[in-house]
Amino acid sequence: MKKDILKHELVPDHVILSESEVTKVLKKIEAHAEQLPKINSDDPVAKSIGAKAGDVLEITRKSATAGKFITYRLVQD
Amino acid sequence: MQETIEKVTKVVKKKRAKFTESLIYEIAETVEKRDMDDKELDELVKRVKKAYERARVENGEAVGTVAAQSVGEPGTQMTMRTFHYAGVAELNVTLGLPRLIEIVDARKKISTPTMAIYFEEEFRVDEEFVRTIANQIGKSTMNDIVQDFHTNYAKMNVVVELDMPKIEDKRLNFEDIINRVEKAFKKVQIDNNVLSFEPSKPSIRELRLLADKVRDLQISGVKNIGKVVIRKEEDEWVIHTEGSNLGAVLKMEGVDKVRTTTNDIHEVEKVLGIEAARNSIIHEAQRTMDEQGLTVDVRHIMLVADMMSADGSVKSIGRHGISGEKASVLARASFEETGKHLLRASIRGEIDHLTGIIENIIIGQPIPLGTGSVGVLMKQKK
Repeated sequence: MKKDILKHELVPDHVILSESEVTKVLKKIEAHAEQLPKINSDDPVAKSIGAKAGDVLEITRKSATAGKFITYRLVQD
Repeated sequence: MQETIEKVTKVVKKKRAKFTESLIYEIAETVEKRDMDDKELDELVKRVKKAYERARVENGEAVGTVAAQSVGEPGTQMTMRTFHYAGVAELNVTLGLPRLIEIVDARKKISTPTMAIYFEEEFRVDEEFVRTIANQIGKSTMNDIVQDFHTNYAKMNVVVELDMPKIEDKRLNFEDIINRVEKAFKKVQIDNNVLSFEPSKPSIRELRLLADKVRDLQISGVKNIGKVVIRKEEDEWVIHTEGSNLGAVLKMEGVDKVRTTTNDIHEVEKVLGIEAARNSIIHEAQRTMDEQGLTVDVRHIMLVADMMSADGSVKSIGRHGISGEKASVLARASFEETGKHLLRASIRGEIDHLTGIIENIIIGQPIPLGTGSVGVLMKQKK
């Protein structure tokens, strides 16, 4: 059941970024981690992929305009 | 096709263009259709790059204001009438302006929650299976399966004769019904399909109350879901419901865990997370506009959905959400409840950094928008 929600068509792919990836991403988009959109640590998706507060998630959305769009969210308490 | 896409990607990279995936796909499609050579492709990418960069939103553009206008203007043309039936004649679904307001206000209790339940591949055409599930999901009360119901004032009991063919027809389990009845009522005698109930105290009032209670006893159904409608949509059976409980329905066997949805955005957020809620906001808002024959560019709706979901939970647009939580005191005060915000800010000693638009308009400075959003930076002489 836990993994089932990740397959739902409304749920895009969430991936936890490693520390070095986070630094790279933040440099690329010229922003601080706190400026990213947030995701709660008790969010069902964050919970099922085991993300903890402070992690940055890479979200690959299916976009109606761009086809694929990559965005980031900071996990908060 | 894959090769062409790779080729186009290479050319795009060489030209230093940042194209989206769908744009690259479209170019590749054209290349194949027109049978273009490398030189033509080069030229095409060059031209597309020019057009794409021209079409892009410029830095400092007031996208929020444009989005507000673009959603607001068609909004004025929407009918106030709510009596629309979304495809299914038996189910009434709120649409039009009231629905749009419901979405942007992020209401906790929406007026007509509804679900569309799909099934896994092997059950899609299995009408028998779908009907069984539908009866498990849909609410049935004792009243739906009685053949004979009478209140006997002389013997002080309520006698119910269950309609076995009807139970069969509804694909309910007789044992389950008996279990539910026994759980709900202590003084009950069961003789095959005849049940007789006795009130806790032998008074006429109690007896009448008991009769109503027996009649309304729920014998099957998922919490918060009422009526269900089964429909055949393009070779597969789909269940539409009145009321919604995504979490419980997704746990049921045979239910498609990929496509089954609800129109309740808060429920989507609770069960599938914030990103799913964002998708749901876009989908619902666009569906509402489409149904009225209005077209709004998705980008405006996407911006609204992004703002509503940026904080990790779905926030409304307005006093209790985004506008009421702005960092600047002056911006908040200029929206609604001016006195409240100014008073609280002065009590707490809030500082306004004057970084937004509204604050700067109030104090009469150039606003950080468009050409106003750039400043001059000077190198100090050593």
